[in-house]
Amino acid sequence: MKKIDLTQMKVGETGSVVEIRGGDGFVMRTQALGIREGKKIRKVSSQVWRGPVTIEIDNLKVAIGFGMAKRIMIEKEDGKDEANPFNG
Amino acid sequence: MERMKRILLMGNPNVGKSVIFSRLTGVHVIASNYPGTTVEYTRGFMKLQDERVEVIDVPGTYTLEPTSKAEEVAVEMLKEGDLVVNIVDATNLERNLYLTLELLERNIPVIICLNMWDDTRHLGIDINVEKLEHFLRIPVVPTCGITGEGIKELVSRMPDALSPSVREHNRDERWVDIGRIVGQVQRLTHHHHTLLERLEDASIKPLTALPIAVIVIFLAFQVIRFIGEGLIGYIFEPFFENLYLPIVMKLSVFFGQKGFLHSILIGKLIEGEIDFGQSFGLLTTGLFVPIGMVLPYVFSFYLILGFFEDLGYLPRLAVLVDSVMHRLGLHGYAVIPMILGVGCNVPGALATRILEERREKFIAATLMSIAVPCIAQIAMIVGLVGERGGHNLLIVFSTLFIIWIILGVILNRSVKGVSSEILIEIPRYHLPQIGILSKKLWMRLLNFLMEAVPFVLLGVFFVNILYGIGIIDLSSKVFAPLMSNLLGLPKEAIAALIIGFLRKDVAVGMLGPLNLTTKQLIIGSTVLAVYFPCVATFAVLIRELGIKDMLKSALIMIVVALIVGSLLNLIL
Repeated sequence: MKKIDLTQMKVGETGSVVEIRGGDGFVMRTQALGIREGKKIRKVSSQVWRGPVTIEIDNLKVAIGFGMAKRIMIEKEDGKDEANPFNG
Repeated sequence: MERMKRILLMGNPNVGKSVIFSRLTGVHVIASNYPGTTVEYTRGFMKLQDERVEVIDVPGTYTLEPTSKAEEVAVEMLKEGDLVVNIVDATNLERNLYLTLELLERNIPVIICLNMWDDTRHLGIDINVEKLEHFLRIPVVPTCGITGEGIKELVSRMPDALSPSVREHNRDERWVDIGRIVGQVQRLTHHHHTLLERLEDASIKPLTALPIAVIVIFLAFQVIRFIGEGLIGYIFEPFFENLYLPIVMKLSVFFGQKGFLHSILIGKLIEGEIDFGQSFGLLTTGLFVPIGMVLPYVFSFYLILGFFEDLGYLPRLAVLVDSVMHRLGLHGYAVIPMILGVGCNVPGALATRILEERREKFIAATLMSIAVPCIAQIAMIVGLVGERGGHNLLIVFSTLFIIWIILGVILNRSVKGVSSEILIEIPRYHLPQIGILSKKLWMRLLNFLMEAVPFVLLGVFFVNILYGIGIIDLSSKVFAPLMSNLLGLPKEAIAALIIGFLRKDVAVGMLGPLNLTTKQLIIGSTVLAVYFPCVATFAVLIRELGIKDMLKSALIMIVVALIVGSLLNLIL
């Protein structure tokens, strides 16, 4: 299974958080918003011009700046084979 | 004497602390549907078992390891509390419980107020309250702050609050515990998406969100103008002209139409008549400016702002403008101080606290003070400049917008330090409740009447005094070359710049009697918006930025005002 970051994920896709790359402060702040290793997320939207990524986690939507989103690593859920041209 | 007991309302951002606070104390504080509405703590009082106790609305915090200024305030407060009412969003139990577990490790009694209970049903969330009480070993009371459901029970169970003195855990241990608790007490069932929920996604996906934002902003402006103009045209102007004018005319005759008291209270007579725009007495212009011209717009602006605040739209707008704001050294959430600044620069300046870095605060505060005129000033500009044709208003406001962009880009490249990124919770949409909306509007209007109107009167009073003792004549002479050569304004306009330190709306009003050309009026209004904040904003900015940064900011303001004023003088 390939690890990708949040910005590489496509809108509508789901996956689990596998790694949060960053200092203690960053990890603490993302954890406080419910973003932790093992959590399932769905990408709701991305914005043009390296804008923030919005994800849904539990019942909550969180907007994450582009640079931060690059440091949150995701493993995509099964069933979405990248070789399948009808996906994404 | 024993110190009064102190109850702290603590919880994550945007769980409804301020609404609960109003319910408990009857003290109304501004509550909205976005994280970070409360940046300062508010105190109130309530009766608990016949004892008067102090209640404090603490700014929202995710953890007791503070990551922002507002959170620091929260943690500081904890040292002086006797009881914590931990407000928990029932629809986000897992994330909210982290703070709860941290609180249980402190040596202070805690009771849980499980708020937004009404939302759990339609979201398909089922929480077993007894089990939760059992696991946490403290009372848990489900509530709905907006309707007031459960508040009585919350109060009656406050004396049962306990401190289970849990040993200190580390972060991972707490999350493991939370996972276990939530797994036991909460069951999720499928729920159908409502129309509001579909709107939530549509207003954040760029393809639909951008057109929605454009329509929302355009409509908001139209409605604010429509209501403001309507109120002035049909209520306030007829009132002042038909009912109030005859009374002050009689008073003027009573004073013999001249003398010291007459000039302070009534002001100058224009061709033997009182002119509310030009007489500049306390009872004429002093009341007409704040009540007859500004209040209608304060009303319509805060009505519309309140609606979008309570709906939960502002954080979505923040996400949309984030990439543009990065070019100005800010991130998207900096639209909050800007938007609040349109109401009044004072809450706008306070709201810069939701930004983390000193550099961001400096840029946001400077840009707001320079390019975001408050509604009082806008109302006066609309009245005075708009009279000469709507396109002139467009010149003033697009000039300010261009300044905002260009200055932002310059500050982004020149101010040292780092800027952070947006990381915020996007709240669910809530249909605004008429009761809560009108209370908030009433508070803001009252605040305007109590805090702003005295300053307007003081401003009008000073105008008379400064003219009387010759200060204005003197400074007109001193600054005449600057005013006429650089800005193309008559030397008397310096009086407006002097009074602008006190109140911007009075200052714009002072341009009225000067018989300015349209071009001069545009330059005068723009320079007045840019050159310096009013004294109330200035005081808050010193506190928020520190004296050194404020002086830097003030220098930028004056330089920008001179450059922009001269440019307009050359171009127009």
